Amino acid sequence: MKPTTYIPMIAAAALVPTVGFAQEVDTTPTNAEIGFIFTTFMFLVTGVLVFWMAAGFTMLEAGLVRSKNVTMQLTKNMALFSLAAIAYYLVGYNLMYPGDGWTISNILGAFSPTALEPVGLDGVEPDLTYASVGSDFFFQLMFCAATASIVSGALAERIKLWPFLVFVVVLTAFIYPIQASWKWGGGFLDQMGFQDFAGSTVVHSVGGWAALVGALILGPRIGKYKDGRTIPMMGSNLPLATLGTFILWMGWFGFNGGSQLYMDTAANVADISRILSNTNAAAAGGAVAALILTQLFYKKPDLTMILNGALAGLVAITAEPLTPSLGAATLIGAVGGVIVVFAVPFLDKLKIDDVVGAIPVHLFAGIWGTLAVAFNTQSTFENEAGEEVTRSMMAQMFIQLESIVIVGAFVVVASAVLWLLLKSIVGIRVSEEAEIAGLDAAELGMDAYPEFTKG
Amino acid sequence: MKLIKAILKPFKLEEVREALTEIGVRGMTVSEVKGFGAQSGHTEIYRGAEYTVNFVPKVMLEIVVAADVVDQVVETIMTTAKTDKIGDGKIFVLDVEQIVRVRTGETNEDAI
Repeated sequence: MKPTTYIPMIAAAALVPTVGFAQEVDTTPTNAEIGFIFTTFMFLVTGVLVFWMAAGFTMLEAGLVRSKNVTMQLTKNMALFSLAAIAYYLVGYNLMYPGDGWTISNILGAFSPTALEPVGLDGVEPDLTYASVGSDFFFQLMFCAATASIVSGALAERIKLWPFLVFVVVLTAFIYPIQASWKWGGGFLDQMGFQDFAGSTVVHSVGGWAALVGALILGPRIGKYKDGRTIPMMGSNLPLATLGTFILWMGWFGFNGGSQLYMDTAANVADISRILSNTNAAAAGGAVAALILTQLFYKKPDLTMILNGALAGLVAITAEPLTPSLGAATLIGAVGGVIVVFAVPFLDKLKIDDVVGAIPVHLFAGIWGTLAVAFNTQSTFENEAGEEVTRSMMAQMFIQLESIVIVGAFVVVASAVLWLLLKSIVGIRVSEEAEIAGLDAAELGMDAYPEFTKG
Repeated sequence: MKLIKAILKPFKLEEVREALTEIGVRGMTVSEVKGFGAQSGHTEIYRGAEYTVNFVPKVMLEIVVAADVVDQVVETIMTTAKTDKIGDGKIFVLDVEQIVRVRTGETNEDAI
């Protein structure tokens, strides 16, 4: 800065006590505005963490498919996230959060594209008790995309690209937002007393159901089941699968932490801290359970099961990461890990070919986590005398079960109809030759790991 | 002129190469291969499904030498690659009809 420029500034400063005094305005934000700022900021940061889970899913899947299908798996993940972002903007967000604008009360939300606040909040009074619409949309969109990511892993190595992407668009524009509105949009499941903090059911089991129905309709990969035996199809890159798992684990801190929905008071910040600690504990519990069980059953630990175990622990704690103690969270996660170790061979017995273990992790552990909520948290209701009464554990358990069945039935029917439609119109499975050659060569003409240089 | 094909345990490759360089072998080709002999396979479990690993990773060394040094080269490979445990590999010796050096067009013994 040149010395001459000081002169007017000093002059101005000298004038402040006299001139400025009369006009002085207190620019300190109100407590409500500070709360709004912190909560909004929290949604943006945790939303970025949840976004990063897309990378986690992608790396996990790239590592667990065979090398001839890696480029296709990367392509699907890139495309599904981007399509989900557009579908959620055009339809999903307002269908999920209709406010007072339900098309069918508490069942079907509003049909309109997402609109953000104007630049600089021009002429708009924001709801200072919550967060900006933009941050809420950004955060919720990432959950919607995560649901679609779950499906891609289970159906890998044999599904056609475009029918899969059509499914993703319908899933993220309609199926996910409609059922999510029943709980998080304040719809009938919420009013019934259903508890699902960050989406063991709303997100994970929805992805899991869609994947299960898809896997059943699509059939197993060629050569996976022969003469009553399961033929292992080894993952092509375990370092990538492990990196993907750690990325998901990290993203989950945003997934569960942000689902506190408020960071405007000391109590809320303390709760978010509990949530992150519990989320971490559950992942650790799931991983250790799978480590010990595979050592006991198979004489050698199975890394891919340990990865699935950690993720199952995370899914299990997602329905209630706040109220359990660290010990309870570890146990809830550990049960998730146990479920994975039993469920993976069980699905193979049924000849349901789930390439990355998405169904045990997201569906089975999701159901477990949703039921486990009843142990630690019971919702309240108003009795006839107008008093607030907490439900019993069994009553809560029943509501959890009922909600799992309702959401499950809706997603199973909706995805079955969609998969069967796609199957009859365009076909959902690649040709036998394409599957044997690998989707990278047959569908894309691009190898993930070119083994020979081509000149 | 003889072609020596030696199938060896991969971790022995560097030791064998050094020993061969010491006795004057000037060139060789190596490939990563898989196979089984008396060592056969073993079973493993992946995601709960048992499978047999039939083909064990090995390296295959190919060396062309003049007939008079074959015994010395084979002896060197054998003593260096030996671990006395099953799966140490095999050495094959084959006749070579003709050799051409691509750069100069030299043939046979001159091209080794």
